[in-house]
Amino acid sequence: MTNSIGEIPSADVLFLLGANPTEAHPIIGLQMRAALRRGAKFIVVDPRKTWLAERAHYHLQVRPGTDCILLNAIMNVIISEGLEDKEFIRNRTEGFEALKEYCKDITPEKAERITGVPARDIKEAARLYAEADKGAIFYTLGITEHVCGTETVRTIANLAMLTGHIGKPSSGVNPLRGQNNVQGATDMGTTPDKFHGYQLVADRAVREKFEKAWGVKLPAIKGLMSPEMFDAANEGKLKALFIMGEDPVMSQPNQEHIISGLKNLEFVVAVDIFLNETAKYAQVILPAASAAEKDGTFTNSERRVQRVRKAVEPIGNSRADWQIICELATRMGYPMKYNHPSEIWDELASLAPNLFGGISYDRIEKVGIQWPCPTKDHPGTQYLHKDTFARGLGQFYAPPCRPPAEKTDSEFPLILSTGRTLFQYNAGTMSRRSAGCTQMESECFVEISPYDASMYGVQDGDVVRVISRRGEVLARAHVVDIKEGVIWMPMHYAEAAANRLTVSAYDNITMTPEYKVCAARVERVGEGRLVKVSTGDRKQETGTK
Amino acid sequence: MQKIRLTIDDRQVEATPGQTILEVASRLGIKIPTLCHDPRLKPFGACRVCLVEVEKARTLQTACSAEIQEGMVVRTNTKKVMDSRRFILELILSDHPLDCMTCDKCGTCTLQDLAYEYGIKESRFFRQPQRGIVPDPNTMILRDDSKCILCGRCVRICDEVEQAEALDFINRGFDSVVGPAYGDTLLGTTCEFCGQCVSTCPVGALREKQAEGKGRAWELKKTQTVCAYCGVGCNLFLNVNTNTGKLVKVTSEVGTVPNNGNLCIKGRFGYDFVHHPDRLTEPLIRRGGRLEEASWEEAMSLVASRLLEIKEKYGSQSIACIGSARCTNEENYLMMKFARAVVGTNSMDMCART
Repeated sequence: MTNSIGEIPSADVLFLLGANPTEAHPIIGLQMRAALRRGAKFIVVDPRKTWLAERAHYHLQVRPGTDCILLNAIMNVIISEGLEDKEFIRNRTEGFEALKEYCKDITPEKAERITGVPARDIKEAARLYAEADKGAIFYTLGITEHVCGTETVRTIANLAMLTGHIGKPSSGVNPLRGQNNVQGATDMGTTPDKFHGYQLVADRAVREKFEKAWGVKLPAIKGLMSPEMFDAANEGKLKALFIMGEDPVMSQPNQEHIISGLKNLEFVVAVDIFLNETAKYAQVILPAASAAEKDGTFTNSERRVQRVRKAVEPIGNSRADWQIICELATRMGYPMKYNHPSEIWDELASLAPNLFGGISYDRIEKVGIQWPCPTKDHPGTQYLHKDTFARGLGQFYAPPCRPPAEKTDSEFPLILSTGRTLFQYNAGTMSRRSAGCTQMESECFVEISPYDASMYGVQDGDVVRVISRRGEVLARAHVVDIKEGVIWMPMHYAEAAANRLTVSAYDNITMTPEYKVCAARVERVGEGRLVKVSTGDRKQETGTK
Repeated sequence: MQKIRLTIDDRQVEATPGQTILEVASRLGIKIPTLCHDPRLKPFGACRVCLVEVEKARTLQTACSAEIQEGMVVRTNTKKVMDSRRFILELILSDHPLDCMTCDKCGTCTLQDLAYEYGIKESRFFRQPQRGIVPDPNTMILRDDSKCILCGRCVRICDEVEQAEALDFINRGFDSVVGPAYGDTLLGTTCEFCGQCVSTCPVGALREKQAEGKGRAWELKKTQTVCAYCGVGCNLFLNVNTNTGKLVKVTSEVGTVPNNGNLCIKGRFGYDFVHHPDRLTEPLIRRGGRLEEASWEEAMSLVASRLLEIKEKYGSQSIACIGSARCTNEENYLMMKFARAVVGTNSMDMCART
């Protein structure tokens, strides 16, 4: 997020793309509800009628995978009506002419045919956002989980720069991060190409710095991103996988491909708090302490480094992941010894001082600090890009809009999109073991429009089979207001894993899978109920009675 | 902005227009009791225990809702104020069960604290409390109508903050209760089970159902930490019974950043996974297709030796590591250091993109 969570209620126009904060980020959702009640106007781009979409001034019910075209059409309107922020463009950006040229042909009328959003709505939404005093964009995985995710994100940046809605309080571009420490894990360089603090592995000087600090020669060979790991495993090139706190069988697309990859490996180690779906293919499973049982820090969506504290003793003989790694490294000939996670933090902060140098445990005792925070007397950074962008001038970049990888056809005429709900969470390992969450939502469902439901003879509450080119699952049909031709399923249910259906297609830069579009169809199975599968034993397949 | 000058308990103070007497007094460290007040909500003035004397005002004023004015002279502890508060507390207690000895709210109940502070042992107007625990099959929120003081905090937080609008006042007088429309259970409403109503209830009318009987307030140790679910990073308090070592409930406090005491269903009620019987408690090694318990020594020595063997046989690039958005920064840093410095590969990733 370039802004902070606390700035949300003061925004005048909130432009949400592929984001459903009242479910996926409930407390950010509350701030948006506060903005709504204060009289702020909402533009919501989503195929689903979410809580905020229902109350939005403009709900642009877009066809999945066409956001990029929609955004370009919005910019077309802004430029043709002269609503752009000319001063901001002059002083803070470069490459505007190329963008103008690119958007020229993408008229709202043309976009209407591709996106399914009425041209009039596109025009009015464009004016509303452009003329806002404080306009903030919020997007999540509905934007990034597409083959053209990076292009769309850059298009969002174009739109914010075009209107000058960036680098100010309550004005900015805000990707909402989905998981408790996904921001932190990214910051910490758990990625093939970067050390923590976004220091590039490809940079020799950076490698030398780390070689000196860690006292060991470091590899320069390009590493594999997780989808590539499973490709390499299937090809027999990868032999061993060490997995800490992740469940790729549930969370990666095209589940069969992931399982066959895991089976093909010689050695898989899983460190987790539960026997998750992936651990079922591991040779060794190490019991980890949960977040309630250890000290450390998480970094939230607004870049705030916050203290995680131990409240409960580790359950049974489980151990904190950091202790497990330290012991393993030591046994493998590289002694790692820390008495407390604060010592690990101090080491990592000293090696990425520009972002974290000023943050230490004693400073975040009560309230966390937002990076960048380079020095001990620096207060942290509430919002980014105030006077200048990271590269100096903001670069308009007009990427071509690419369509989704998989096309619908007569056999698979529907677009399946997947995501999260309020009551469950990700692979379900934690939330499905919560009595309350499970009471509220205990089985997989699929949202379908009244039109499509009638086409398939499906009634609300029927059990249906959802089928893609890769597999099928059973789910309860929810007939709701969703874009015609689109169906939507949550990803939380192992016995009806949405990722048995999703496609192995990736953004070609970030390798984010295209969870939001695959071709599918629905078949009515009948009335009756889905067999409840207890979370303790999820080996049974779901079936109907 | 032009400041306003006023006097509270003989202390001169400057404050911003629009502030309430309560806000200015609490800045001065002057304690004014409240029951219906929550800083997250608009002033309501329902419970009347915050009454103060304002010179030249016709009646006592509710400090929580009365805005300050230039030259105002406020007294918070005159005999008239104290007598009025005592009288109001007696009225509130008139149909409130006096069963603090078995009430789970005991120790964190504002009404109990005020009765203690104002020395009220019983009410002159006492009548037997009506109603009691509302039958509701939900597993999270317990509603005890007999304890409700009708302060409206739950109704207002459900409306003003959560905007779920699941609760409202029903009936009048002694028959007044708070609940969903048509006497429905919470499961039949728009309730999102965020538990904000529980967090704001000053008495024992709304409680965490799963925490019932699991420990008295003074046996619970509260540890501030960050929620392990989504990326908002809400601060919450894990309440652990110091005798049993068990996590009993999750609470929140106004003033925390970024959530200001607000939580969602997962943050407040989603923590039973911690003590779930499915938790892995011992290392497991697969032998002949079956998972068998093993000691840490055995498991770690197997992992180290197998990884070294594979590294030796196929090279560092044959091993990959996956970190986690579930784990701490420190653990992810170590994971990446382990992959690069110990295994010798850059093949390391995590679930940021999934």
